[in-house]
Amino acid sequence: MKKHSVSLGLLVLMAAVHFALFIVRPDKAREVMSTAGNYFLEMISILPPILVLVGLFDAWVPRRVIEAAMGKGSGIKGAFFAILAGTAGMGPLYAGFPLAKSLLGKGASLTNMTIFICAWASIKIPMILFEVKFLGAEFALLRLALTIPAILLISGLMKLVEARSVSHESN
Amino acid sequence: MLFTGIIWGAAAAGLALSFFKNKDKSLRALRAALKMFESMALLVLLTIWSIGFILAFLPPEAVSRAIGPGTGMKGVAVAALFGSIVLIQAFIAFPLAGSFLRQGAGVEAIAAFVTTLVMVGILTAPLEAEFFGKRFALWRNVLSFISAIIIALAMGVVLG
Repeated sequence: MKKHSVSLGLLVLMAAVHFALFIVRPDKAREVMSTAGNYFLEMISILPPILVLVGLFDAWVPRRVIEAAMGKGSGIKGAFFAILAGTAGMGPLYAGFPLAKSLLGKGASLTNMTIFICAWASIKIPMILFEVKFLGAEFALLRLALTIPAILLISGLMKLVEARSVSHESN
Repeated sequence: MLFTGIIWGAAAAGLALSFFKNKDKSLRALRAALKMFESMALLVLLTIWSIGFILAFLPPEAVSRAIGPGTGMKGVAVAALFGSIVLIQAFIAFPLAGSFLRQGAGVEAIAAFVTTLVMVGILTAPLEAEFFGKRFALWRNVLSFISAIIIALAMGVVLG
């Protein structure tokens, strides 16, 4: 609950700054409000259904299914599933966090969960289509081809980082 | 938006099917969803408000000047930093990046901007830490930043 009060304090501080901005620079203050408002609408339009889907996933998908598909011994097949699941993601990165957490809770390995988060962040299918449209197929596909090995490498390294953190915390 | 419609439809259909099969389980799913929403709401609100401030005081013209044509390695560095900080939806970011590219910005800089934009999130790091711990959030973002620079430089070599 301490975390909540810090966030709440920051929120009050921001409201105060925003209010002051309305007096000093009303044009900028309105700009802040409309940008934040747009993001707020996006959040409200996308977060509730995603969280309901995560809740349903949590309740209905048995642990052994995720363990078998993306668990510790799942190897390349697990990484493949994790990338596939990530590219099917929709919405911003913060919408992917609850689902990733739930995957971890159901026995997915840390490496595969990281692959899932990175894939959700960077190579969602709708996003690739957009990139092809505005930056060209050559640019988008080359970036995709470089991003996939990078994701696998990052996720492998994350396992080492977290392994060290466990031994750290036991001190 | 089509995607928004699809996920609302999927959530509604899933929920209806779930209630039809098992009411208790469905209520538990809804309670879990509500709890997640409560744990995220404040941080998400803070994040989007900060984006409002940053974008209002950092106009696109300034960005164009910093990573535009002929800015070289400095452009890559600025683009990577800018991409790490801001959080812009793909349907705004890609057209923006596309127009920079047509104005003559370097491929490296644009690749650095796009890649850090999607993979590194300084503003979403507190939320990420809330879910997976500070250490995870820190390292995933640091490693992603380094990869983004390498990807950007490699793309510059191939396409530049």
